[in-house]
Amino acid sequence: MAFVYPEKIHQTIADPDLQLAIYTATGRLINKRKHAIEPDLLPEYQELRTRANEIKKHTLENLDYYLEQVETNVTAHGGQVVFCHDGTEVCDFILNLAKQRGASLFVKSKSMTSEEIDLNERLEHHHLEAVETDLGEYILQLAHERPYHIVAPALHLTRYQVADVFEERLGVKNEIVIEKQAMIARSVLREKFLAADIGITGANFVVADSGAVTIIENEGNARLTSSAPKIHIAVAGIEKLIPRAQDLAVFLKLLSRSATGQPLSAYTSFLSGPRRPGEVDGPEEFYLILMDNGRTKLLADGDKRESLYCIRCGACLNHCPVYRKIGGHSYPWVYSGPIGAIITPQFMGVKRDPWLPFASSLCGACAEVCPVKIDIPRLLLELRSDVVRARTRDGESTLERLSFRMFAWLMRHPILYEIGGRIAAALAPAGQTDGPEGAPRGWIRKLPAIMNFAPLKHWLSQRDLPPPAPRSFRELWRDRVGTRSK
Amino acid sequence: MSREQMLQKVRTALGRSPGQPAAPPPPVWSRIPQWTAAERVERFSRAVEALGGKPVTVENLDAARRTVEQLMAGHRAIASNAPLLTACGITSLPGVESGFTDAAAMRPVCASVAIGITSADYALADTGTLVMLSSPSEARLVSLLPPTHIAVIPESCIVANLDELLSILPKPAEQSSSMVLITGPSRTADIEQILVRGVHGPGELYVIILSE
Repeated sequence: MAFVYPEKIHQTIADPDLQLAIYTATGRLINKRKHAIEPDLLPEYQELRTRANEIKKHTLENLDYYLEQVETNVTAHGGQVVFCHDGTEVCDFILNLAKQRGASLFVKSKSMTSEEIDLNERLEHHHLEAVETDLGEYILQLAHERPYHIVAPALHLTRYQVADVFEERLGVKNEIVIEKQAMIARSVLREKFLAADIGITGANFVVADSGAVTIIENEGNARLTSSAPKIHIAVAGIEKLIPRAQDLAVFLKLLSRSATGQPLSAYTSFLSGPRRPGEVDGPEEFYLILMDNGRTKLLADGDKRESLYCIRCGACLNHCPVYRKIGGHSYPWVYSGPIGAIITPQFMGVKRDPWLPFASSLCGACAEVCPVKIDIPRLLLELRSDVVRARTRDGESTLERLSFRMFAWLMRHPILYEIGGRIAAALAPAGQTDGPEGAPRGWIRKLPAIMNFAPLKHWLSQRDLPPPAPRSFRELWRDRVGTRSK
Repeated sequence: MSREQMLQKVRTALGRSPGQPAAPPPPVWSRIPQWTAAERVERFSRAVEALGGKPVTVENLDAARRTVEQLMAGHRAIASNAPLLTACGITSLPGVESGFTDAAAMRPVCASVAIGITSADYALADTGTLVMLSSPSEARLVSLLPPTHIAVIPESCIVANLDELLSILPKPAEQSSSMVLITGPSRTADIEQILVRGVHGPGELYVIILSE
């Protein structure tokens, strides 16, 4: 199977500055995580992973029950749950609400779910202003780029690039000191927070027994987004549910440590509905949008359901040798890295980017660091076979299929197999090397012309083949049995 | 909108039927270290310091007020309606505005003063976290809009960790629309993974711990 890889991959690998930026940033994140989970600091780390996996499994297996429970509890606290099939329904709901309330300015805190449905673009299309308020997301919005990383969206940009973006888009002087850049963003966004009509957040967890959303962040922008405007809308995928507030003891300990190496992020908000009577401030209206957008498809596939356990910590990206070379923008959708490689084909269909599940060495680093123990390498293998099945069904890869049929036929006919083996053994020495140049003595670098066609040729262009033994196992066996019976 | 359809899709995907109860969830995780009050204070202070916050231990209400006065250094501040702050005399310090019950009146003050002064409902020793429930005593924005946050807390509110907090408050939503865990000053590392404090929330955090 020959795949066409995105041009972006070649560009990223050829750009030394970008390579350094990705390598440095992910390297820092790797080290921070490593220190945060050291056994003297978190002896229960492995037990927590197992428990987190069990809770996610349980919740998804009973998801309809918990969806109804969260709805009951949000309603009881004066909020409203809105079920949406896809991005269009989410936007229609928000547009309609904005129209009814006369709202035109939105502030947003970082949410992968809203990236997934291009919420900002859709709102802008209707002449509404939606401002990203997370520093990284704000920079990207100004630069018109999509997130490079689930947790550190502007990971690929240097302070000099940020200085240029701010100068060009905000009309400020070219400021290269990072602290001052952050303060520029603070002052511009502060005005937006105080003027905004509606705040839109995502949710890290949706807590069924409380009818609450949990939002984890470091900057304070999610607190401002959910507390300053009169209306708070939280947009969450249906897989974000957990049964009880008490389960946060497991997930909070894992999430921030895996993401940024912090025992807890600076702010964890647990929000259940609008301001209550007597409370001084907070939003007057609260909406929780629970979105499907393809998730029920993953839910129905028992073998791959665990893709939905993901808590979006980004650890698998940081540790992935492929992500660290090709970067976040080489992936075809908003979710990058190993987790992107398993959920993108499931959301978009395996035939859209058939190369994706194959762009992995299956080294297993992702599964090792996953805080909820998703077996990403196994899922990649499942998806590879889905890609092949889909291609076969559509009449592609005829040659490959034919080869495997021939191979199967050959394997069922011992005599032919043996003859084939002898021919190979007789022809092979023509391609052997003597040498120190790369391959060890006697190894086959290149096949004789008669056998040297695709895909064998491609396969051998990257590897060497050990030579066939002078006598096959079958021959040796026959001799042995013969000796014994004497 | 799509409520029924979506629930039905989920049930079909799982092979479940409407109204079917859930299997029992895995047991609640809870590991609560048995630390003495003194150990909790010590661990809490150390954790706050490690995060870039500044813990101060004081003996009595007067000392708390004097500490706040010094930290204010002539700047304006807003104080929440927490009874402890009034008991300390912090709300009657010159330059301190307090007693807001209306968000509209409170907001411009919050947005213009240098310091927000609050108490906290609980604190977590192992992570140096303040736990704040929104209530008539504590507004959400006082600990958020001003560039400096000073929290005055009684030593007795410090519990060991998150597990203990959730065993005391298994359903925080029954008490408040908002529970926020504040672990150190506001921070970001979005540009080059370099740490910057105070990007949207307060960049400076003082915790005054009152021993009784």
